[in-house]
Amino acid sequence: MDKIQLGELIKSFDKDIEIRNGKQFTEVTVPPLKLYHLARLLKDNKETSFDFLFCLTGVDYGQDLGVVYHLRSTKLNHSLVLKTRTSDRENPRFDSVADIWRTAEFNEREVFDLLGVRFSNHPDLRRFFLSSSYGFPLRKDFVDDVNVVTKK
Amino acid sequence: MEEAVKEIIDENQEYVINMGPQHPSTHGVLRLVVSLKGEIVKNVEPHIGYVHRGIEKMCESITYPQIIHLTDRMDYLSAHINNEAVCLNVEKALEIEIPERVKVIRTIMAELTRIQSHQLFWATFGMDLGGLTCFFYGLRDREKVMDIFEETCGGRLLLSYNCPGGLMYDLHPNFQKRVKEFIKYFRKTLPEYDQLLTGNVIFRERTTGIGRLSLNDAISHGITGPVGRASGFSCDVRKYEPYSAYDRVKFNEVLFDDGDTFHRYLVRMEEMKESMNIIDQLIDNIPEGQYAVKMKPVIRLPEGEYYQRVETPRGELGVYIISDGNKNPYRVKFRSPNFVNLSVLNMITKGFKIADLVAISGSLDLIIPDIDR
Repeated sequence: MDKIQLGELIKSFDKDIEIRNGKQFTEVTVPPLKLYHLARLLKDNKETSFDFLFCLTGVDYGQDLGVVYHLRSTKLNHSLVLKTRTSDRENPRFDSVADIWRTAEFNEREVFDLLGVRFSNHPDLRRFFLSSSYGFPLRKDFVDDVNVVTKK
Repeated sequence: MEEAVKEIIDENQEYVINMGPQHPSTHGVLRLVVSLKGEIVKNVEPHIGYVHRGIEKMCESITYPQIIHLTDRMDYLSAHINNEAVCLNVEKALEIEIPERVKVIRTIMAELTRIQSHQLFWATFGMDLGGLTCFFYGLRDREKVMDIFEETCGGRLLLSYNCPGGLMYDLHPNFQKRVKEFIKYFRKTLPEYDQLLTGNVIFRERTTGIGRLSLNDAISHGITGPVGRASGFSCDVRKYEPYSAYDRVKFNEVLFDDGDTFHRYLVRMEEMKESMNIIDQLIDNIPEGQYAVKMKPVIRLPEGEYYQRVETPRGELGVYIISDGNKNPYRVKFRSPNFVNLSVLNMITKGFKIADLVAISGSLDLIIPDIDR
């Protein structure tokens, strides 16, 4: 299946899905509330069968916070980028996909640690690299006034 | 007093010990909190972050050529391949065609990197299991590769030989001769490794059937590299998405089905032979030409997102760059193979003895600075 056919198939799953054909991957944007349902479908549907989550990234877009999932199917050998974002910076929350792809368990903990994004239904959401009193360093508005010296 | 004694002999109670952060068999500052019942491992909880330097955050404030030098410090045993990943991503984004000479040299250097990394794996894995001689044999041969690296680019561990558009400088005139000498030498000494360790009865007993990882679990946990291939997961990036000169060389992807500690070891032994075959095919055919294309002094990537994957000795390293058109990236994510491979440790160690934990974590070949970044 080529990229355009794949995009059309995923578009037929739900009307809220936005498809963009990037240079390298097909990019799918989905609202946070429908993320888990779509992820489950992408894994279980025989024609997509994305069983390998190879990269999970948290991104601070300035106004919004988002999570990017890079997926690949080991059987059909096609790839997809799944994106979701929220404008709630105070208490950002997405559904965890750790029960669909087990690798998400560690990766979501990392995203929580560095960006402060919470994941519902995550089995063990705790800080990973940093102590609990530390801020969330990958946010663009993070200021470390102890360790960073700025020129005046 | 009586109660305390009762507590100690209570068979159902789990007892928790700390392995690390300064433990010789964790090869760095990894802390494992191990819950035991007698000698049986009930739970392993990794605590990481002791060498967290915030490389992803640092990348947001420096330029692309500077990022390359930071990637050396992630997985220090595959420094050249980490550099290559960033360079390939930048070149892809700028749509630069790099000279054939560069592609071939990068591939040879990458395979030498793979050999020396697996040599060190073999050396330390043997040492973890009590065979100290392995350490001397492994380092003796690895030294020869390090000497080639030193002559080529000045560095032994952190090479920084790649730059966007090509290489920092041309090859040393001795390069071909010394690589051929090394291959000839290592073809002779590699059977010694098998004689010393692979056939050893104690070694076999301690690794066969220990820490079995099934194919489905490997895919679900995102395991790549030799660990994934030992479980039968065909995940060699060099095969399914060839980069540099891998599309013109013939080599086999080493696959096993058992997925136990012994087969994870065996994959690496076979990969060293495959790497030597790749070098054999390329070393006499290095094309003439430029060693780098001229780049603009300030590199700005067009707005967009770029993902590049390469095969390091430990699995798939992905570099995901989000650019907003400035000279420094908006966000860089390194998909590190070690971080993902660590996630499987708890699952495959449960139910085995504490001494097996050392064998299993050794066979995952974890490099801690790459986990923490």
